[in-house]
Amino acid sequence: MSLLTISGLGVEFGPRAAPLSAVRDVSLTVDPGEVIGLVGESGSGKSLTSRAIMRMVPSPGRISAGEIYFDGRDVMAMSSKELRSFRAHDVGMIFQDPFSSLNPVFKVGAQITETLRANLGLGRAEARSTAIDMLERVGIPRPEQHFSSYPHELSGGMRQRVMIALATASRPRFLLADEPTTALDVTTQKQILTLLATMRRDFDMAMLLVSHDFGVIAQMCDRVAVMYGGQIVESGPVEAIYRTPQHPYTRALLASVPELDAVDQRSRPTPLEGYPPEIGPVRDECVFVERCPSARPDCRSGRMSLEQVGTRHHSACPFEGRPAEGAQSPVAKERVV
Amino acid sequence: MIAYVVRRLALSVVVVWGLATVTFFMLHLLVPGDPVRRALGPRASEETISNLRHQLGFDRPVLEQYGSFLGGLLHGDLGTSLSLSAPVSQILGDRILPSALLIAYGLVVAFAIGLPLGILSAIRPNGTADHGVRIGTTFVFGMPVFWLGLILALVFGLKLGWFPVSGYRSGVGGTFKTLTLPALTLGLSLVVIVTRTLRSNLINVLKSEYIEAARSRGLSERRIIGKLAMRNAIMPTFTILGALIGYLIGGTVVIEQVYQIPGAGSLLVRSILQRDFQTVLAVTLISGAAVVTVSFLTDVLQAVLDPRVRLEGKS
Repeated sequence: MSLLTISGLGVEFGPRAAPLSAVRDVSLTVDPGEVIGLVGESGSGKSLTSRAIMRMVPSPGRISAGEIYFDGRDVMAMSSKELRSFRAHDVGMIFQDPFSSLNPVFKVGAQITETLRANLGLGRAEARSTAIDMLERVGIPRPEQHFSSYPHELSGGMRQRVMIALATASRPRFLLADEPTTALDVTTQKQILTLLATMRRDFDMAMLLVSHDFGVIAQMCDRVAVMYGGQIVESGPVEAIYRTPQHPYTRALLASVPELDAVDQRSRPTPLEGYPPEIGPVRDECVFVERCPSARPDCRSGRMSLEQVGTRHHSACPFEGRPAEGAQSPVAKERVV
Repeated sequence: MIAYVVRRLALSVVVVWGLATVTFFMLHLLVPGDPVRRALGPRASEETISNLRHQLGFDRPVLEQYGSFLGGLLHGDLGTSLSLSAPVSQILGDRILPSALLIAYGLVVAFAIGLPLGILSAIRPNGTADHGVRIGTTFVFGMPVFWLGLILALVFGLKLGWFPVSGYRSGVGGTFKTLTLPALTLGLSLVVIVTRTLRSNLINVLKSEYIEAARSRGLSERRIIGKLAMRNAIMPTFTILGALIGYLIGGTVVIEQVYQIPGAGSLLVRSILQRDFQTVLAVTLISGAAVVTVSFLTDVLQAVLDPRVRLEGKS
């Protein structure tokens, strides 16, 4: 049985009579111990989706539709007390910016012990030694000493390690990581990803990794869901998405990833033109039609839904990303930018 | 931390010296009226006046007078009051305690009422409680201090008879009885500032990512607001207090008149009317020094509460 099941999730802003849809009809399952990637541009709804799992959609946004089940429990039906216990014990969350996700006026040790004492009911001394163990586990050098450090005394990478220690303090079975490495430099990024992978294995956690960076996703995940304009447009095993992308947006996203070892000019990344759609009323057409290099009149005939295109592989493009007659290939390298 | 304190302390000394200088020259060069004539009365002969003026050194060049004034100040000598014929330090000594107690008591009232209301407003911005608090505190703030004082005296003093309406008695019980209404007057006029400052800071802090992160760890709202957010949000409120102390001292001048309290504020009013320059200078200096001291203390307190402040200007 899957650990997390989301079906038909919708997040809206604005008046209820004429809502602005930010996330719609998102369905996702995560098995125990599995790492799922959620990839897409800024504003594609991936962060909102991850927050909705903990019912932490920032006001004035609201979850307008859908069901969320965690380990058989109905998250949407939880009372505020049950919700707190769910957040305290079952899921952990890591944020993008370790500079702002730690409270600046409390020592890092105090922040961890606070959580341990509140959530696990540990005593003072016990919480302290557990916190030092956690700091050591996430790779903080001289943990006893850094227990008494303030967040501003630590580097970005160290802060993110502290954040990981905090999020995993009560050994959750599921970790939400929202762009955990975006604010870090490349070397630190790699260390943090390695740490996350180790922690995931040691604690046997499932993980939802939100990122705009396909490289990060490919390195970490078993399966991936590509989001665009508030919808999942393609999902499947990382390997399949990477090798045989079916949706034109996925292809464009992959084509825009720079390759470090690219020497010749022809493999330069191809940025996707135009801008992602803004939050607005639901329109009866494919979300990607405005920017799609292989758009055709049929794309405006109605909303597209995910259809199976392979083993656990789904795409929301009924034309399977095959360019229409005479249209330009979405991955054509010669495109003028 | 020590370097920070020393730096702030040095700055405070400079500010007090600046205040002494500006006040001195304003009184000696700008304010009309002759203190000696005023002290001796309209029938004094020219000779008596010039004798006393010479005796007090008022006929010396202004810079020379300034020099001896600063010299006296360094030795703790605030001069002699012309109208009361006694050392200013002695007169002031008796007058400062009631004023200081009034201000301290007023601040306690302001925070005791303002902090809970600020938290209440910030929990649900623009909710019913927030609007209610806003209307109530603004209404009270809108009343002139003397008017508010008279209303409180009328209700709690005359109608209910709980507190005396004027005068001052020493001792713990006496002070409590006589200063409660004045302190309530002073405190209530400040509640709106404490409430609004705390409300806006708390709303901002509650939106921050570290609070979202704390919520994601399942911590209770009580813990989040009462401990994690308050520590961040209360600091600007303390800083405002440093700025408010000047306003408070100004407020005591009026309130001491309304409630007939023999404090520094009523002494100041009296001395100005008498052109008693020494006393005016002394009261101004003491209040200025109080403002500087309080803002120094709030800065130190801020450095204690927020470790990042200690690093300022160090890099």
